[in-house]
Amino acid sequence: MYGLGMLKGMGVTLKNLAAPGRLFSVQYPNRRVGLLGLAKENNTNVVSLAMERPGDALKALVGLATVPARLNQHPRFRGEEFTWYERRCTGCASCAKYCPLGIIRIVTDTTGQYEQDGGKYDIEVFDIDIGRCMFCGLCVQACPYDALHMGSGFEEGKYQRSDLVIDVDQLKSAPKKPSTWYRPQIESQKFDPRSVEERDYLQVGRHERPTENQQEENWAKR
Amino acid sequence: MISFGNIYDTVVGFAPDGLEWVAFVAACTILAFIVINAAILTTALYTWFERRVLGRFQNRLGPNRWGPFGILQPVADLLKLITKEDIIPDVADKRVFNLAPIVLVFPGILVFSVIPFGEQSFLGKLNVGVLFVLGVTGINTLAIIMGGWASRNKYALFGAIRGAAMLVSYEVPMALGLVGVVIMAGSMALLDVVNSQQVFFIVVQPLGFFVFMAAALAEMSRSPFDMIESESELGSGYHTEYSGIKFALFQLAEFMAPIVVATVATVLFLGGTRGIDPIPGQIWFLLKVFTLLFVLLWTRATWPRLRVDQIMGFAWKGLFPLSLVNIFVVAVQAFVFQDADGVIPTESLWLMAAINWVVFIAAIVFIANLLGQKKLRQEGAPTPSPLANMTAEAD
Repeated sequence: MYGLGMLKGMGVTLKNLAAPGRLFSVQYPNRRVGLLGLAKENNTNVVSLAMERPGDALKALVGLATVPARLNQHPRFRGEEFTWYERRCTGCASCAKYCPLGIIRIVTDTTGQYEQDGGKYDIEVFDIDIGRCMFCGLCVQACPYDALHMGSGFEEGKYQRSDLVIDVDQLKSAPKKPSTWYRPQIESQKFDPRSVEERDYLQVGRHERPTENQQEENWAKR
Repeated sequence: MISFGNIYDTVVGFAPDGLEWVAFVAACTILAFIVINAAILTTALYTWFERRVLGRFQNRLGPNRWGPFGILQPVADLLKLITKEDIIPDVADKRVFNLAPIVLVFPGILVFSVIPFGEQSFLGKLNVGVLFVLGVTGINTLAIIMGGWASRNKYALFGAIRGAAMLVSYEVPMALGLVGVVIMAGSMALLDVVNSQQVFFIVVQPLGFFVFMAAALAEMSRSPFDMIESESELGSGYHTEYSGIKFALFQLAEFMAPIVVATVATVLFLGGTRGIDPIPGQIWFLLKVFTLLFVLLWTRATWPRLRVDQIMGFAWKGLFPLSLVNIFVVAVQAFVFQDADGVIPTESLWLMAAINWVVFIAAIVFIANLLGQKKLRQEGAPTPSPLANMTAEAD
């Protein structure tokens, strides 16, 4: 009959309203939990939670309790906080040359005193303007020494655009948690950049680090 | 129990002799202040309610960040809208442009002035309440035309003209749908209508309720009749050019409209403050209003938008004859069943309800078969391929 389809449609929407388990919202940064969920989050049972913290238990019962929620994130996620290893970087500026936006600026030490001693260029300025970066990762691909890696962060909102420029001190002090994007050697170690552990400069290269003997042999060949 | 009469008596008690009119003005100001603020706060609460429930209908959560369950979201919305830049187009007719939002908010608030929230609780005891409600809600057509015309935007003008055509045609079935109520109650005062509902009028005349609600849905231009601001076609219709506090006023009026409609329908068809005794009438009133609001929300979440010609056809070919049928049937029944004093006894009301439900279903089936899609579709006519338009354009 005419109009019956409209009523049927209303039934469908009502089912979506009332039926449990149809919600597909991913909650972030906080997730709402019930009493059971809150107890599980605190590694206790419901009774002891209600005894110890009755206020929180009541909030959970009403539906107001939240716990921090972590999003599932792939280890290859290309995010902010570029991970940079100063010990690996030679200051060749490949990243700056390959950057399609030209937002990386590298200035190396001009006195030349370090490479006279067989050392490498000292890097004085390494600015990355994250505010204009599109996270294409060409700088990471271009790095011949695996010194620059993508990061995995994304909660880096700032109030001024000038704050978005990462300088060399920030790069030095940032936690060394490289994203495994374009770095199969890190991915094969099953490294998760969101975990607490860090990788030092010896562990992120694409080649095995030569032993002392191998190094001597290499030098002897030359 | 605090009623509006009590407040007036209290204020008059402080007034010196000969200055009762000052007390009267003061009491009226206080009462109007209370009612207007209550209306606006309810609207703010309703925006939250609507967004939450609509979110759940669409398997989302809705606003849930600020306050418990996101109940402070309207405050955040308002702060955002007020602090936005107030843009007036250079070519706009500035006076009319500025006046339109104010004119649109007025009718919604004015309606609350005659609504009886209880035996003693109302602002104005108007003896032509039904007429007043109908007349006042007609003003928003003017405001929409003002907004669309003054902003000198073609899409805004389209929206306004559509709105004018639609609202003018839906005024007719809405007014005619209420005639049945007036016949039954024997009075146009809203309090008398409430008092005469021994059996709720939604039971006695379902056809009238159906026609009124359908016309009111169109009148407040919400889905499935939101032709005025059909987002996919017209930007946002008559308020395309508005921003800042004026846009906030438009939003206020738009969200106040369902509350006004639900309140009026509660008074006229759902028995207003009538209910089972231990619970006070005001609670019953709120309960009925929010139930109706939920039903309106439910229809909004379900049905897609109609085309302009379908909407106009529905008004003139569907609702108009249905409202006439309702008037005729109710008038005949009132004439037959009333006793010597002109009052219809309760047993007769139940009999009327039984007859009217049969008439309701029969009339809708008849109209649907007369004007429905199946009749309009020609026998044996080939169904055009959905790709037909595409290839025609490609050629």
